Amino acid sequence: MPTYSASEISSLGGDRETALIAGDGGLQFVNKLRFSITGIGAGLAWLAFGLSCLRWPDIGDWPRTEAVAYTAFAIAGGIAIATTAQAALGKFGDGVQRRAPWLFALGVFLTLWELATAKFGWLPLPFFPPPQSIVEVYTDDLPKLLDSAFASVKLQLGGYFIGAVVGFLTGVSIGWSRLAGYWVHPILRFIGPLPATAWLPIAFFTFPSAWSASTFLIALATGFPVTVLTWSGVASVSTAYYDVARTLGAKPSFLVTKVAIPAALPHVFVGLFMGLGASFAVLVVAEMIGVKAGLGFYLQWAQGWASYNNMYAALIVMSLLCSGAITLLFKVRDRLLVWQKGVVKW
Amino acid sequence: MLDRPTTIAPDILEVSDVGKIYQASNGPVEALRSVNLTIRKGEFVCLLGASGCGKSTLLRIVAGFETATMGSVTMYGFPVDKPGPDRGMVFQDYALFPWLTVRDNIGFGPKHRRLATKLVSELTDKFMAMVGLTAFADRYPHQLSGGMKQRVAIARVLSNDTDVLLMDEPFGALDALTRSKLQEELVEIWRTTGLTVIFVTHSVEEAVMLADRVIVMSAGPGRIDCEIEVDLPRPRDVASPEFNALRREVTQKLTSHIAGSRGKAADS
Repeated sequence: MPTYSASEISSLGGDRETALIAGDGGLQFVNKLRFSITGIGAGLAWLAFGLSCLRWPDIGDWPRTEAVAYTAFAIAGGIAIATTAQAALGKFGDGVQRRAPWLFALGVFLTLWELATAKFGWLPLPFFPPPQSIVEVYTDDLPKLLDSAFASVKLQLGGYFIGAVVGFLTGVSIGWSRLAGYWVHPILRFIGPLPATAWLPIAFFTFPSAWSASTFLIALATGFPVTVLTWSGVASVSTAYYDVARTLGAKPSFLVTKVAIPAALPHVFVGLFMGLGASFAVLVVAEMIGVKAGLGFYLQWAQGWASYNNMYAALIVMSLLCSGAITLLFKVRDRLLVWQKGVVKW
Repeated sequence: MLDRPTTIAPDILEVSDVGKIYQASNGPVEALRSVNLTIRKGEFVCLLGASGCGKSTLLRIVAGFETATMGSVTMYGFPVDKPGPDRGMVFQDYALFPWLTVRDNIGFGPKHRRLATKLVSELTDKFMAMVGLTAFADRYPHQLSGGMKQRVAIARVLSNDTDVLLMDEPFGALDALTRSKLQEELVEIWRTTGLTVIFVTHSVEEAVMLADRVIVMSAGPGRIDCEIEVDLPRPRDVASPEFNALRREVTQKLTSHIAGSRGKAADS
């Protein structure tokens, strides 16, 4: 397993003479060679994928087989160049080098998939479409897919934002004020654990549009974890911080904004993270049932036509969007919680 | 001379007949009984006693975190009923705001008194330099050592233009070397700023090292046992015969009443 990162290797290279004296030169050479071998292996795997597309005839009618094969050759060539000229390519070369084992695995997987579906039919069609038919969706049905993705993002963003803001404010008030806690806590206990999707029939009936109903449900799914974790964050702030702030002359309003909220922020982000996951589930279900747009709707529609390649294509887009949203949330968290760096590991 | 002028300073803080009773689950607990104490301006006073003698409770009442069940605390003649910037507190566990840098921790008080931004940064820079942390201005608390954290906590109180510095076993969690270094620095800060310091400790050596006056407290219920003036010149030498004589005297006072109370408990 390559536990050395490429940057460590190059920094070792700077001390080449001392390394040689210490007798590590050989080890270093072996490490470099190992990287090259993985890189070349990755290139070969993609080459194999391309060849597997061309070597045997398709058992079905897929117009993109050749295009996929040539793209695979191009990627194989790219990996080969990046491996041999790693030093000259700088950061990009290092990146390819680091990902070489994954690129290799991906190439092997695609080759096997190609053989098992398009060439020999080991897996039943149409439930297991070959790679080229999924690529075909991206080339031929792109506008519709993009429209759906855009509709999903819009719906999700609106609901998530409302839910996060309302949840945060509720959490702070019940964490801070005994009166708010008295009234809101039982409601939260009663309604909170209910899955937001259980509201679907009522929401679609009572709200003027499917869109507003889904926004409400997504906000509900987001709001519950955000509320609970903000509340627990505010409630568990060490009283020493309040004591100190009060000896420094802080007024109650300052205690909330300058002590309670910053101290609770790590908890709030756990809530935002959990809310994000919950809201994705509601989004897709809402789109499958009521909303006439979005990726969930696209999935449902594709299933109706038994075009499983469209479903896989939509699933891939969905997964990219969801993991992108989580990455974005983590980036924001790392910026806001820079004071925790090295303390929290998740 | 390193010592302050010994002219009679005005009284700044008056603790009169203070008692404190907590309502615990197994009945009331008397933590303090009829404590009387007068602190003069610019004085360095140590409250010395074993754990459970109510020294920290007394400090928290003076700080305004807790209210006395009986008696009163007045500062400049005005009753103390809540925490205020005139009495700054330094805790054993530092209680720095982990989300603020060294600079922002020290500037917290001035900023929240709504001083002009320029003045805030001047005050911050001044006290950051006083505790020798200018180079660490942009570090977060978790990146600092214990000694550095406590320096920040002291500077945070000082920047707030406090009159009385209340310290609750502030160096208790530090290693011996860091502790003696910080003791030196504290005396130096006290000397240059003219602060009044009330310092809670259970270490005889620390009390004799730092204080003008050592208040020996005893437990069950917490009360003042006796007062000992320390008139050794500063800087004080732990190895000198005078220091050791005084340390022995204070230790005797402290242990005699512990033995006494134990005897009493055995009698009853």
